[in-house]
Amino acid sequence: MTYSDIVIDLINKDDRFLIMTSENRAAFRDLPPLIPNNFIDVGIAEQTLIGMAAGLALRGRTPIVHALTTFLTMRAFEFIRTDVGIGNLPVKIVGAVPGFLSDGNGPTHQALEDISIMRGIPNVNVFSPADEEDMLKGLRKVFESPSPFYMRYNTVKAVVEHSDFEIGKAETFGSGTDVAILVHGFLFTQAFRAKEILESQGFSVRLINIRTPKPIDENAILKTVDECKLIVTIEDHFITGGLYTILAEVLLRNNKTAKVLPFALMNKWFKPGLLNDVLEYEGFTSKQIAEKITKAISS
Amino acid sequence: MKKLKPVKKPKSKKGKDTFRQNNELKKMALRVREHIIRMSGNGGCFIGASLSCADLIVYLYKEFLNVSPDNFKDPARDYFFLSKGHDVPALYSTYVELGWLDEARLKNHLKTNDFIYWHPNRNIPGIEFHSGSLGHNLSVAMGVALDCKFRKQKNKIVVVVGDGELNEGSMWEALLVASAKKLDNLLIVVDRNQFQANLPTEDLIPLEPLDKKFEAFGCKVKTINGHKFSQMNNTFKKFPFEKRKVSVVIAETVRGKGLPSIEKRADRWFVNFKEEEIEQLLNELHGNKKAKLTSETIVAR
Repeated sequence: MTYSDIVIDLINKDDRFLIMTSENRAAFRDLPPLIPNNFIDVGIAEQTLIGMAAGLALRGRTPIVHALTTFLTMRAFEFIRTDVGIGNLPVKIVGAVPGFLSDGNGPTHQALEDISIMRGIPNVNVFSPADEEDMLKGLRKVFESPSPFYMRYNTVKAVVEHSDFEIGKAETFGSGTDVAILVHGFLFTQAFRAKEILESQGFSVRLINIRTPKPIDENAILKTVDECKLIVTIEDHFITGGLYTILAEVLLRNNKTAKVLPFALMNKWFKPGLLNDVLEYEGFTSKQIAEKITKAISS
Repeated sequence: MKKLKPVKKPKSKKGKDTFRQNNELKKMALRVREHIIRMSGNGGCFIGASLSCADLIVYLYKEFLNVSPDNFKDPARDYFFLSKGHDVPALYSTYVELGWLDEARLKNHLKTNDFIYWHPNRNIPGIEFHSGSLGHNLSVAMGVALDCKFRKQKNKIVVVVGDGELNEGSMWEALLVASAKKLDNLLIVVDRNQFQANLPTEDLIPLEPLDKKFEAFGCKVKTINGHKFSQMNNTFKKFPFEKRKVSVVIAETVRGKGLPSIEKRADRWFVNFKEEEIEQLLNELHGNKKAKLTSETIVAR
């Protein structure tokens, strides 16, 4: 099963679903000829894309909208906020090459505030899958939900088997108490490997795949904070407004604090390059993450 | 009883009908203007744009659109979008005159116990979508129009836009797409009142030649006097103006139409009149003495 297989299956079973794009067809390149009445490409026009998606949703449709995510979430931000958010319409906003996945494109293509701005819109939920398998596990529930959703599109191959998906529920690996790693999206793989490295060094680790930064699984976070000595957040996102901020909000809301080590882009764009080189340069490989965590535990 | 002579048949039945509609529409538009004026105190409203658009809105709902509370949920109804949301007093007043909205609710203007505020919203039955942010409802209307095409429906999708709104890039982006998708079920009506917020359009961001601009974007354009019902009737009944093209009506209107003391004035765009001014303006509307306005002018933006 691929993203494309699930989408065509949804469309074939339920005419509500439509694919829309602003000249971004990578996720479903073979589908357009098969679904002439459920496919719309508007060209490089993200604002019009979202406005039309809202109009289609008014007609009872559920448009699944694709574009490179910086342009989709930022060029069309006010359309998402005003038409989809205020309207509370079931538009599914699928952002391509989020975070580090834009690798060599440079800062124009680096969506490092997408989670922050999308979750800030009332009614709009956010799904940031760990890898392709995680994305496919969540896809139907996210697309069939009556809520507007933003999804970070991610087809990185999975290194683990994921559990069943539920909106608003995080996925927990292990029950360690020395350190808990909270992560969403593409960096899950690095976090998972960092967990293995730390465990080989004798630390007890748990890993939380957040899955939906909004709605956030507050119970999973609170339980983790109560049981673990160090909390680590890992995200390919600016430090402001993403997972680290979400953790801070949850803690504050519950009169709690914690020892927290964040991995995020510290108010800067990342050095463009091949993905693996970018991770190394910016300090987000599993080895670099494990080293920094070891230091933090011992300090 | 004296036997009446048989009534002479009018030469053109069509012409006679138009005249009758004219009178009826004029009366309705006058009442709509009265409501608008009454909404211009106690917090105020965007009176200039509401008055420029009143005749168009009255005409469209009364004569052109197949929509009423009986078919509000019918997917085959005609759709109306007011993209330039400032005109909402004209829209709600038209709903009152159509019997769709309780007149008493206009008194709730800007009250938190109702949903009657400066921009349209879907809490008022009949409103298809909210507006307020300019440059949005054209693309929303296009989504509806395209879906109607997909479903092989014959209904009309009308969106009223402002001339100032045409400063927004999203309008022209959307037009490119509307033409590409051959949305001939879409009708764009421009309330060409020659003003944007504080200045005449041609003094700030000139739009002329506007018809040529729309034509260059692939539309079929007709220009009319937006206060003459017979012209509206002759033009709108020709919709769609051309197969596979978006239809555009540039309706030449007067900002503040009906009130000479505020007509064509940039500084009476948004107003918040006192009770005695409102009474004088209602008099002025009916062709009596010009109102003596003492309220300070407001630069709302």
